[in-house]
Amino acid sequence: MVALAPPQAYSQAGDRRHLGRALAIWLGLLLIAVSLLSLGHGASGVSASAVMGDWLAGRDLSATDRVVLFDIRLPRLLTAVLVGAALAVSGAVMQGLFRNPLADPGLLGVSAGASLGAIAAIVLGGLLPPAVAAFAGWHLVPLAAFAGSWLAMVALYAIATRQGRTSVATMLLAGIALAAMIAAVSGLMIYRADDDQLRDLTFWGLGSLAGASWTKLSAAGPVIILALVAAPFLARGLNGLALGEAAAAHVGLRVQRIKAACILSAAAATGASVAISGGIGFVGIVVPHLLRLIAGPDHRWLLINSGLLGASVLIAADMISRSVVAPAELPIGIVTAMIGGPFFMWVLLSNRRVLDA
Amino acid sequence: MSLRARSLHLSLGGRQVLNGIGLTARPGHFSAIIGPNGSGKTTLLRALTGEIAPQGGTITLNGQPIDRLAPETLARRRAVLPQHSALGFSFNVAEIVSIGLATHVGTEAERARLIRAALGLVGLPGHAGRLWQELSGGEQQRVQLARALVQVWQPVGSDGPRWLLLDEPVSSLDIAQQLTVMRLARDYATRGGGVIAVMHDLNLTAMFADHVLLMQDGRALAEGRPADVITDDLLSRAYGCALRVRHAPEDGVWLLPHGAVA
Ligand SMILES: Nc1ncnc2c1ncn2[C@@H]1O[C@H](COP(=O)(O)OP(=O)(O)O)[C@@H](O)[C@H]1O
Ligand SMILES: [Mg+2]
Repeated sequence: MVALAPPQAYSQAGDRRHLGRALAIWLGLLLIAVSLLSLGHGASGVSASAVMGDWLAGRDLSATDRVVLFDIRLPRLLTAVLVGAALAVSGAVMQGLFRNPLADPGLLGVSAGASLGAIAAIVLGGLLPPAVAAFAGWHLVPLAAFAGSWLAMVALYAIATRQGRTSVATMLLAGIALAAMIAAVSGLMIYRADDDQLRDLTFWGLGSLAGASWTKLSAAGPVIILALVAAPFLARGLNGLALGEAAAAHVGLRVQRIKAACILSAAAATGASVAISGGIGFVGIVVPHLLRLIAGPDHRWLLINSGLLGASVLIAADMISRSVVAPAELPIGIVTAMIGGPFFMWVLLSNRRVLDA
Repeated sequence: MSLRARSLHLSLGGRQVLNGIGLTARPGHFSAIIGPNGSGKTTLLRALTGEIAPQGGTITLNGQPIDRLAPETLARRRAVLPQHSALGFSFNVAEIVSIGLATHVGTEAERARLIRAALGLVGLPGHAGRLWQELSGGEQQRVQLARALVQVWQPVGSDGPRWLLLDEPVSSLDIAQQLTVMRLARDYATRGGGVIAVMHDLNLTAMFADHVLLMQDGRALAEGRPADVITDDLLSRAYGCALRVRHAPEDGVWLLPHGAVA
């Protein structure tokens, strides 16, 4: 394949960017393929290719086809794309910020913070002055989730990093403590919830794309898109940070600004994705780790490729979640945990040297 | 045009580490900072890099206060080799060296040329694709030096001389590599740049330095030409053990037989 041959400009020894670029092309193709597959796959048995054929031939679509394709499958697909990309990119950004491949919003309480924000918005939203509630509207839940993840992230960073050094042990333990405390507060909130709110809330615990809709997508999507677009601009800074804060400052990077931007974009992506689909674990750890093994840790391609692969992975997980117990469906969080858990264990074991230090 | 620190006071963790120390380093010179462990050499260098702000005193680089310079401007004028380096991920050598070009504006080909040239200078040609974690301590140290070198490649720029600030640049190198690195730094100074290096090896200091600052407890015990600072009396006082300075007959290099040579 032409794409894999390193072009002249990249043939410099030690330059792995041609790998990253070739990978981006392949991952883009994979994403398109998986998306088409997912559109054609569902409980109703409507075939995407048949509908597409009808549509291209200028024939009118049946009302059912239209609803299934455009009101059910398409928003769900786009949700999977955005959430998958958001999970993987925020994982990669957070790992770069903490200089550690184990940092992950799901593990370290950042997603829990987002859940708490969302739960608080649902349960306590009614207490807001009507004018404020009306102004915030559909954005209230994603905004609250973002605020929650941002606060959790800032707290975690402040605890785990001292004088520019991150202690792995402190980071993991602080993350666990933070997640537990947040879960307790969330529990308290749920205690206060009425039946309607409870139904809304249960799916947050497991993570699911079943609630995907154009409305939710329009509320949280723009935030995710903003965070995803911003992420590649952090690449140079994250590469510098890998040498430590002092060295990053020595080469002329504005370290405080970069750190704040990383925290903001990772929190925004996590918060918005949790607002749509609840906490979906392991994508943020598994995807960047795999990509680092293939093309190295250079963030200039890592962040983009994480977005592409994360999207494909979540679409695939969603298809699995819809087919295993069809016509019912498994919460997608269970699928990613079943696959991601053992993988995570493997990452842990291969990093044992770092952790024991 | 110099790198000048005046009466710096700096405390870290409640300890007074710098106690009114000053230093004037000139372009074209190799300035060495020596002194016993814990005397504050690294801390002084970190202050000179702009990394930590002293509570008292002033530091100027080419006449401008260092804390007023934008990070990018500062990065164009001085590069730093820290005493220790750790790396979060499995970057390879070329990728690490390219981090030194983070604020560099130039073509891709130019960057590649700089990286290759710097790796050649530090004696690591052909190492571009090697992974950091698979390098020896000495190789890692030289990769970091190459990373610093690409950042201030030309010793003199339109805005004045550039500076290399090195913290124990030869601490984990064998004797041949020590000479390679010292000659490289010396050459940088000869071409008009400024070099400030924290040194442990007094022989190398005597061989290569133009200017020496001898530190003790955050103060300057002596500052001046090597011949004036590297003396029996001053060294014995600073390091707290009997030391004698000898002259090598052929090439006039100073040597320091350690211990009590009765
Ligand atoms: N961050 C810090 N907090 C507290 N004390 C420090 C810190 N950094 C250095 N020191 C102390 O300052 C003194 C000088 O340290 P340093 O400049 O590293 O010495 P040198 O490089 O000459 O060996 C030492 O006693 C060290 O323990
Ligand atoms: Mg030191």
